[in-house]
Formats: sequence, C-alpha cells, structure tokens
Amino acid sequence: MKVVVCCKRVPPTDARIKVASDGSGIDEEGVQFVLNPYDEFAVEEAVKLKEAGKAEEVIVVGVGPADTAAVLKNALAMGADRAVLVKDDAGYRDPLSIARALADAIGAEEGVGLVLCGRQSVDQQSLAVGPMLATIAGMGCVMDVVKVEVGDGTASVHREAEGRSEDIEVKLPAVLTAQRGLNEPRYAKLKEILKAKKKPFAEREFDFGEPRATIEKLSPPPERQAGKIVGDGPGAVPELVKLLRDEAKVL
Amino acid sequence: MADTKVLVFCEVQRGRFKKGSLEALSEAKRIVGKAGGGSVVAVAVGNGVGDIAGELKAYGPDRVIVCAPDWLEGYNGEAHGRIVAEIAKSEAPTAILVTATLDGKDLAPRVAAALGVTIATDCTAIDSDGDGRLSVVRPVYAGKAYATIKIADTPQVVSLRPNSVPVAEAEGAAAVETVEPSFGAGDLRYTVKAVNAAKTEKADLTEADRVVSGGRGLKGPEHFSILEELAETIGATVGASRAVVDAGWRPHADQIGQTGKTIAPTLYLGFGISGAIQHLAGMSTSKCIVAVNKDPEAPIFKAADYGIVGDLFEVVPALTEELKKLQADG
Repeated sequence: MKVVVCCKRVPPTDARIKVASDGSGIDEEGVQFVLNPYDEFAVEEAVKLKEAGKAEEVIVVGVGPADTAAVLKNALAMGADRAVLVKDDAGYRDPLSIARALADAIGAEEGVGLVLCGRQSVDQQSLAVGPMLATIAGMGCVMDVVKVEVGDGTASVHREAEGRSEDIEVKLPAVLTAQRGLNEPRYAKLKEILKAKKKPFAEREFDFGEPRATIEKLSPPPERQAGKIVGDGPGAVPELVKLLRDEAKVL
Repeated sequence: MADTKVLVFCEVQRGRFKKGSLEALSEAKRIVGKAGGGSVVAVAVGNGVGDIAGELKAYGPDRVIVCAPDWLEGYNGEAHGRIVAEIAKSEAPTAILVTATLDGKDLAPRVAAALGVTIATDCTAIDSDGDGRLSVVRPVYAGKAYATIKIADTPQVVSLRPNSVPVAEAEGAAAVETVEPSFGAGDLRYTVKAVNAAKTEKADLTEADRVVSGGRGLKGPEHFSILEELAETIGATVGASRAVVDAGWRPHADQIGQTGKTIAPTLYLGFGISGAIQHLAGMSTSKCIVAVNKDPEAPIFKAADYGIVGDLFEVVPALTEELKKLQADG
C-alpha cells in the first residue's frame, strides 16, 4: 500500500510572532518556516513503515504557498519518495477547505492504505484537518495515536485520550493523527538532502471556492498586568495566600 | 432572529456531564438571548446517558435529545460523530457548540465535515449578533496571537475552550426526547478494543479549575510528590513542563505548552518552571498565575500575577501547610 503524509509549513515554536500592522496576519519577514513538528512524527512513522516493508511508497502532500516546497523537501530528505504541493496563496485557509484540497490530492492516488497527519499544526492549532479529511474521503480516523501496527487490512493503534488511553482497531484505508510519543523523528543526512532534490515533485491546483471562514482581525495577546514578586522564600507564603484569597479571590 | 437554533453536544465522562458542556449550554442561551429568541437543543450520546439527561434542564435548553444505543459504551469518535451529524441534519441548527476537551476536539471536526461545513476550534470567546451569526476569538500560534474569525458556513460549528465562559443556570422546560442512530456497531470503521482509564477522580488537565505544575527545578521525578500533596490539598490537577516530560519524569499526557496541553484554569501554580515561550503558550489564558522559582530573572515571572523567588523545596511545603491551615479555619 501507499502511505500519504500531510505536511504543513509553520513558524518554529520558539519564534516570536509579530502581528502584521494591518491585523490581517503575521509578519512573515525573517520567519524561518519549518515542517510542523507533529507532521515530523507522521513522516517518521511512514518512513518506518516503508523500511519495515509495510508500505511501498510514501507520498507527502502539502497545501500552502510556494515555499511549502522547502518543508516537503525536508520530508523527502527524511525518506519520503515523492511530494505533491497544492498551491494556495491565501493567507488564511479554513480547516474544511484544507481538508478538501488534501482529499482531492489523495483521491488522485491509487492504492492509498494509510494517511498520516500531525495531530495539529502549531500555527492554527485547529486539530481538525485530519478527521475532516477522513470524513470527506470516507475513511476511518483515529486521533492522537502514539503507536501504530499495520496488519492485513487493519491497523492496531494506541491513542492517548484525556484521562485514559485506548487500544483501537481501525479498518484501512484510514487517517491517523500523530501525537508526541509516537516516535523520534530522524535528522536527515546530507546525502539524503542531496538525494531529495532529485525526487519527484508535483504541483496541483485546487478550486477552493468562496472562503468559508475569514480572519477579521489578528491581534497580539492581551497584555497581562505586570505581576508582583510577593517576596523571597517560604517567609512570603502567608502573604501569597492572603493575596490569593483576598485580592485574586481564587481560594 | 427567532430561527436562531443552537445545538450543544453535551459530553459525558464517568457518568457526569462535563463542566465545559454546561459552559457551552450557557453560551448557547446567551447567543439565543442576543438574537432575541430561538432555541437551544442539548444532545447527549452514549449508553446510559438517558439516566442523567434530566440534569441538563437546569441550564435551560428548550429540548434535550438523547441517543443511547446499548452498543455504544464510552466514547467512539466515529459513532459519536455520525450520531451528532445525523441529529444535526434533522435539526438544521444555525450553530453547533461543543466543549473543546480532547473528545470534543475529536468529535467536532467529524460532525462539521459530515455536514460539509468548516469549524473554529478551541475558541476562548464568542460574540454574536441579532441574527445569531458568531464572531469567535481563538488563540493561534500557541497564544502568541488571537484571531477573530467569522464563519460563513451554516451551521457555524465552534468548539469552546473549557473554563472560558461562565456556567449559568436557567429555566428550562425541556422534555427528554430519544432518537436512534441509522447504523449499528458493525458499520463502524474502528472499534475500541480496550480502555485504560486513569484511576483518578481528578479533573482532566485541560479543564481543571486549579493546576499545580512542575518543571526542571523539581530535580527528579520522585520530588513530584510534594506537588501532588499540594494539589491534593486544593483539589488541583498536576501538570508539567516539556523539559520534565522529555526527561521521562512525567507522562506526555501531563505536558502543558505549545506541543502539549493548553489550559485555562482559575489558578495556575508553577514551580521550578523557567517559563519557555512554548510553556507560556499553553497556560497564559489562566486567570491567576503564581510562579515560584529561585531565579528572579526567570521569564515566568513576567507572565505571573504573583511570584515568590525562592527554593521550591522550602516554599511548596510551607504553602501546603498554609493552605491546610486556611481550610481548617474555614
């Protein structure tokens, strides 16, 4: 079977985010976009499946502006076989539209047994594209998986939920979203980076239609009032408790 | 507008409705109120939920719809998603609200996609107009920016971050109606084979009202016991920084931050956490932040409402004692 991995370009998690002065988006100047950290887990898992002989081909698919190509090439350097970029220059695209574009690209491939996504992108952090894509494509979907074993026509997965974990059996084809703990993504070796440049890279178009949701405004987070240092060491504890009770009224 | 109709999925865990779902119900009442009329429909799904569905009436839904097939024990995203989508198709609401717990985050996109509409997830505020059209605020880039979003699709599907809006009791005349799904367990693409539930009555991290969190300053996994004792004293849930999770001191599930859980408790107490930008991203919507760190320059003090500079191994036991004393005094 083929395994598709959905990839997005995002600002690194330690990047300072500056809202553009017109409030329409972020100021991208100087931002070094990277492959979404959760997508790295997904790519790693797909490549491991190929190395274990469970997958014939690993295809990475991304939706985004032209420079999404760079993170798709990172995924190729990690061991994926080819990349497909669905070009989209909209600054903001809602989760359903992205899921539709991905489903369209995946639908053009034959023999896809598994689609892996990061559980969320660290920019929009919707946690929605994976399950939406599955619903559109008519596939089962398990979110937040930390262990995957591909069998014959099914996959056994372990997922982390809130206050519990679950063992799940899902029919293939299916969409799985990768949670931290699934694996340790590899660093691409120089030789692989060079090889990645020669791997097949295709571009697709998708008709997104009218926007389904729009960002009216992007604002910096509300300023927190400067806090106060109550004091030093355990001697400050009685005063802290008093403040929490009488001033903050949280006890 | 009188045809404003808000459907609220009410999540059940361990035989009780989640507080976040009651928050969503309360928000739905406010949306309908602002629209000058309309209705709120509460939906509960799963075997046995009929027994507790009456509890929802205290939050003022106009109707309560229960779907409780005996084969649906616990949460199954596919089954729950299909059932809620079926109910939504027949009810044709103008908006659907879900609490953004992990199960809510799993469910809502499935429902929205089945209805062919988009979603705004993990919102911290909802504003609405006289036509029941929503304008929602959601933290993006891990809280480094806030996006105000308008959804053009109908229904407007929104998940609401727990602890973001107050719960309000309201009059409700709702009778409980029961519906059946159009499909059975055999039609599902996935089956939950085993559930390993945490043996705790504690609130889940994402919706806990109080959180006690530890970082590298704890120096080792064994020292978390002092935080657990403090948490026990005030009924808090224990969380951790990424450094601590990466070191294997605490499970992934406890991690707060950009690549962990996002929390918004009333009270957050952080000990031995320097306050990396990724950690702050996960807890900066907490209402009151207390930080204890021996480094006065630790960035977490900039985010904190109250700070103590000092050795957490001295401060934590003193704090636990002081809080016990406070409770004893009533």
